Amino acid sequence: MECLLGIKGRDFVLMASDCVVSAHGIVAMKKDHDKMFKMTDSLVMSVIGHGGDDVQFAEYIAKNIQLYRMRNGYNLSTKEAATFTRRNLADYLRSNTPYSVHLLIGGFDREEGASLYYMDYLATSTKVPFAVHGYGAYFTLSTMDRYYHDDMTQKEALHLLQRCIDEINTRFVINMPTYKIRIVDKDGIHDLDDMKPTGSGGSQGPESMVG
Amino acid sequence: MSRRYDSRTTIFSPEGRLYQVEYAMEAIGHAGTCLGILASDGIVLAAEKRNTNKLLDEISFSEKIYKLHDDMACSVAGITSDANVLTNQLRLFAQRHLLQYGEPIPCEQLVATLCDIKQAYTQFGGKRPFGVSILYVGWDKHHGFQLYQSDPSGNYGGWKATCIGNNSSAAVSMLKQEYKEGETNLKQALDLSIKVLSKTLDTNKLTADKVEIATLTRENNVTCIRILPTSEMEALVKKFEEEEAKAEAEKKKDKPSS
Repeated sequence: MECLLGIKGRDFVLMASDCVVSAHGIVAMKKDHDKMFKMTDSLVMSVIGHGGDDVQFAEYIAKNIQLYRMRNGYNLSTKEAATFTRRNLADYLRSNTPYSVHLLIGGFDREEGASLYYMDYLATSTKVPFAVHGYGAYFTLSTMDRYYHDDMTQKEALHLLQRCIDEINTRFVINMPTYKIRIVDKDGIHDLDDMKPTGSGGSQGPESMVG
Repeated sequence: MSRRYDSRTTIFSPEGRLYQVEYAMEAIGHAGTCLGILASDGIVLAAEKRNTNKLLDEISFSEKIYKLHDDMACSVAGITSDANVLTNQLRLFAQRHLLQYGEPIPCEQLVATLCDIKQAYTQFGGKRPFGVSILYVGWDKHHGFQLYQSDPSGNYGGWKATCIGNNSSAAVSMLKQEYKEGETNLKQALDLSIKVLSKTLDTNKLTADKVEIATLTRENNVTCIRILPTSEMEALVKKFEEEEAKAEAEKKKDKPSS
């Protein structure tokens, strides 16, 4: 029922997550919940999962990343953090207590620039230009395929995100009225205003998309 | 007097000393010399070879220089069997880090992790400390070229140039005088290491088969750890001898004939 989106632009990563917390499958407990966790000053993890696994796992990883920083005086790079996260998921997968989580990791470092990693509960991990988790993926990946290109500016990426959110609003049966958005770039993590679906459907969005 | 307090490693003497640790460092003071010099474009690691028996079989990589991972190598002074155990641990730590984080372990982290193990042997367990001092050379993306030294107590330090083993104090004072920070490139570091080693070697003359030299450099974003082949070694020794001869000749000229 939940949705995470990520788009890698020219020198930033745009992360978006829906804000609904549900109980017993049918009750909307809260519609303004933040599903993203700050790992370091330039690394964000958005996570969805069952029964508290999401928060538990995200906090565990976040604290370990902070510990590394305390011990060594420098942060893990995005790739290192993603490898570490995946290693943990993989180790717990074949134990009695696996974590049932999907996550996106978006970060910026000096050497690599912006990177976005897609990870799931089977410890799949891959670096991607854009990604979606949840049912929303079925409705938006085609839109992303159509309009994504390398070197997108922030404006273009936000435009693309708006299209995706509008599409989910049009066609997905579950109501997701707001999305939290963050941008990670060389200056750190920036919180943007929440994004809401506009009235128009996603595929009939603004004509001028590219350029 | 110290007899009562030195048989067990894990207790202090009344003067606050750990005798076993000190004795371990004594053992290292008799071992083959190792020195390391940091240059602007690389690091030199030089070691005195003690096993020059002709009957010994060809060594694969090196006698005293160990490769720890793609970006780090080390040289040891002390009990060789202890050294083998420690270098094995170092390699294991390095690979574990690579498995966990997908990137090579930064130099200081590797050194510090091993030193924590070495320290444990000075505090509990009742086992003797390792009779090995280690010189580490490496490159990482955080601090570039680095040179570290660790000893049986579990202490470590980062150095611009240092020496361990036989006659190491003489070597260190020589390095203090001759090493020029920021102005030494790899070639100069190589020449300096030959010069220093020739003074610390037990035997009278320095020859290419008594010394092992490795260099660590970066080429095309890849670290190269290279043991100098005999031909290059001989060239360096020859160059050194020519310079020495020239310096001697100069001295004789300056002296009035008497």
